[in-house]
Amino acid sequence: MNDASTSSILGRASPETAAAALATAPSLATRHAPTLVLVAVLAVLPLVLPNAFYFDVVIRIMANAVLAIALNLLIGYCGQISLGHAGFFGLGAYGSAILTTHYDWKAPVALVVSAAVVGVLAWIVARVILRLKGHYLAMATLGLGIIVTIVLTNESSLTGGPDGMAVGDLSVFGIRLYGERVWYPVFAGLLVVAILVAGNLVESPAGRALRALHGSEVAARVVGIDTASFKTRVFVLSAVVAAIMGSLTAHYLGFITPQVASFHKSVELVTMVVVGGMASIWGSVFGAALLSLLPDLLAHFEGFETVIFGVILVATMIFLPRGIVPSLLRLIRREG
Amino acid sequence: MLKVETLTKSFGGVTAVSDVTFEVTKGTIHAVIGPNGAGKTTLFNLITGVYTPSSGSIRFEGQEIGGEAPEKLAALGMSRTFQNLQISMNLSAIENVMTGAHLGLNSSVVAGLLGLASFGGREKATRIRAAEAMEFVGCGAYIGAEARSMPYGALKRLEIARALMANPRILFLDEPAAGLNHTETHEIEDLIAQLGKTGVTVVLVEHDMKLVMNVSDRIVVLDYGKKLAEGTPAEIRVNPDVVAAYLGAESEGV
Repeated sequence: MNDASTSSILGRASPETAAAALATAPSLATRHAPTLVLVAVLAVLPLVLPNAFYFDVVIRIMANAVLAIALNLLIGYCGQISLGHAGFFGLGAYGSAILTTHYDWKAPVALVVSAAVVGVLAWIVARVILRLKGHYLAMATLGLGIIVTIVLTNESSLTGGPDGMAVGDLSVFGIRLYGERVWYPVFAGLLVVAILVAGNLVESPAGRALRALHGSEVAARVVGIDTASFKTRVFVLSAVVAAIMGSLTAHYLGFITPQVASFHKSVELVTMVVVGGMASIWGSVFGAALLSLLPDLLAHFEGFETVIFGVILVATMIFLPRGIVPSLLRLIRREG
Repeated sequence: MLKVETLTKSFGGVTAVSDVTFEVTKGTIHAVIGPNGAGKTTLFNLITGVYTPSSGSIRFEGQEIGGEAPEKLAALGMSRTFQNLQISMNLSAIENVMTGAHLGLNSSVVAGLLGLASFGGREKATRIRAAEAMEFVGCGAYIGAEARSMPYGALKRLEIARALMANPRILFLDEPAAGLNHTETHEIEDLIAQLGKTGVTVVLVEHDMKLVMNVSDRIVVLDYGKKLAEGTPAEIRVNPDVVAAYLGAESEGV
């Protein structure tokens, strides 16, 4: 196109301008240094954890962290709220459980099929809902999560009803995953991968588009960002991650009840994202750790644990309103 | 280049834009003026796809675009700024400008997750171009800044820099000088004149008469949603209807 355009005024940057521009790009070192620290910690932990109970605690934290990171892409970066993520988690868990137990499917196939079905379901919900402005997604996912719980509870011939059902082991490439010590590296690997790919996405053009539409939807649209499509894709992504984590958790636990898909679990996931820090991947890791550990740590306050739990959450939101990690990072930067 | 014919937009009982017809020639600076509430911003929102017209047609290079989504229009080469700032305060200044180049980049989510979208140096080149655009519009001092820490005047320029990143063929500026002081207004005027020299077609809505008279090739005057007059700055200045609309008096009495 030989059209007159503004292209003639750009494209001749001085070296100073280019240097100033490139200085604004996040360096690989600052991006990946915390990940290396985490890898080191995760590698050393198995040597110091005294027994299976502690392995289990760490595995639960890691599983929740992966879920929270995926949900944070939707809530923190994209500005959309899902109150039914435990529903997707539950569908993944029960999908794997039912297909392997009642239909003798191979566990990896059941996992992939469950995740794909959840992906399609999330896509349909998003296509219908995301055309509307506002927090309709929160309402729709809230309803969806509740429906999933009801179905899982009532279809007892398939799901065992409120009593739950047993789930067989998962074997990959002939390796049977059984016991905390075997599952530990699986979840640890997933967590590191989740942190890396989420970090990649946030810094990519697609991630910038997501953050931009969160800041100003109309401005995003006039530069050509198809906001409905981006919201849909991130919603599907986070739902599929939830389904996969649901399948893996079901195999790891060996037994699931409809509680895995409960509204309480959905709210817990949102709380991890918000308390840890919206639009902060490390915030989600800390949020998941805190919310997973608090119930255990507060257990000897017998009867008062819920109260203390509430006080901690309220205090966090009052004193660290951006969430723990972003607020602390700001404080450190201001001091330094 | 842009042809607006009998364009009408009603909100319930209120007709904000009524039967407006005008044409924008390629490579010119076109201004839309009128008293408060005359329908200028509504007209802008109609042309740039933010609102859907009630009736009438909008043609961009012969193609009917009335009611098209803004993201489709961006792909055709339309860019705009906003009267009430639309900056993503959760992004840094340069990231806001970089979003302007969205359509030229690999915006696949999968490529993003795998870190592939930043390969090939396009992302780097975009960052450099964004810094250049910021210098061009006069906010080069904020290349390393967060958007939320920038003053109002600089944010208005930042919007122009973002709009330029798409290499627009037509650029809509909605009150670029609103809320700016005398010096800043003068600088924006120079900037618009400079943009005009590059050959890009500019359509602007503006209240500052001095600016409009100085930079525009043609002016459309709106009043109560209707086109009151159209012509060169010299013609508009002496048009009795325009004088009456602005001073609120009968033209004979002025």
